[in-house]
Amino acid sequence: MHIQIEYYLILSAFMFIVGVVGVLTRRNAIVVFMSIELMLNSANLTMVAFSSYLGNAVGQLFVFFVMAVAAAEAAVGLAIIIALFRNKLTINIDELNILKW
Amino acid sequence: MLLEVIIFITLALIAAVSAILVVTRSNPVISALFLILNFGALAGIYLLLNAQFIAVAQVIVYAGAIMVLFLFVIMLLRPENEKKIFSSNPLIKTLAFVIGGVVFIQLIYLIFIVRPSESQSPEVAQSIQAGTVEKIGTLLFTEYILPFEAAGFLLLAATIGALVLAKKKFE
Repeated sequence: MHIQIEYYLILSAFMFIVGVVGVLTRRNAIVVFMSIELMLNSANLTMVAFSSYLGNAVGQLFVFFVMAVAAAEAAVGLAIIIALFRNKLTINIDELNILKW
Repeated sequence: MLLEVIIFITLALIAAVSAILVVTRSNPVISALFLILNFGALAGIYLLLNAQFIAVAQVIVYAGAIMVLFLFVIMLLRPENEKKIFSSNPLIKTLAFVIGGVVFIQLIYLIFIVRPSESQSPEVAQSIQAGTVEKIGTLLFTEYILPFEAAGFLLLAATIGALVLAKKKFE
């Protein structure tokens, strides 16, 4: 028998939750960024699973666009982290509170 | 078919365990390396789903380009090896695990209520040829040419933005 789509969806849900917990609890800005990449990848897995399940290539096309957006986001986000580190000498997000009121 | 199941279970375990290790390791370099392992396992799962093009793009773009960028920034900033890796605020930590648990249970519940595999038509399951480079390329350069060009423009804008942000501040 074929592997059912539910198992792919469960794996995707698990990876998404690990990413959410990482974003909410970690203090290192770079690791927070990696958790965001984890969440993007779990969404990609869902899209590829449904694309394969429906026999429709458009889902995989959107995964391609998600990858392009993720590359852009990583470049800009890491540049922001470098700029922050240059000004504050830390990337601990507990100490980066200049936007807090 | 049994081989397929064994490969899926192995790759899924690698992906899940490496995802947990990404979040729990204190050294960001180790986290990044486990994230690469996670992306590699996902590429294998994409191959199981007959998505060859996405699997190759996953290895080249994610495991290659993006993670090199991450590792480069980690080496550049040399962040201290923190003793307490999680947020010091206990309220945030509790809230994060509660939110994560609730959302996970919701998702699992939804998956088992809907059970999409039971409504799959058998002829679609027989003829899955969606993921070849030919099919994706044809769609990309005909019907979805405008989003493709927009993605290219987005990457250009991101490159310029990253350069401006990371450039040394002039007095």
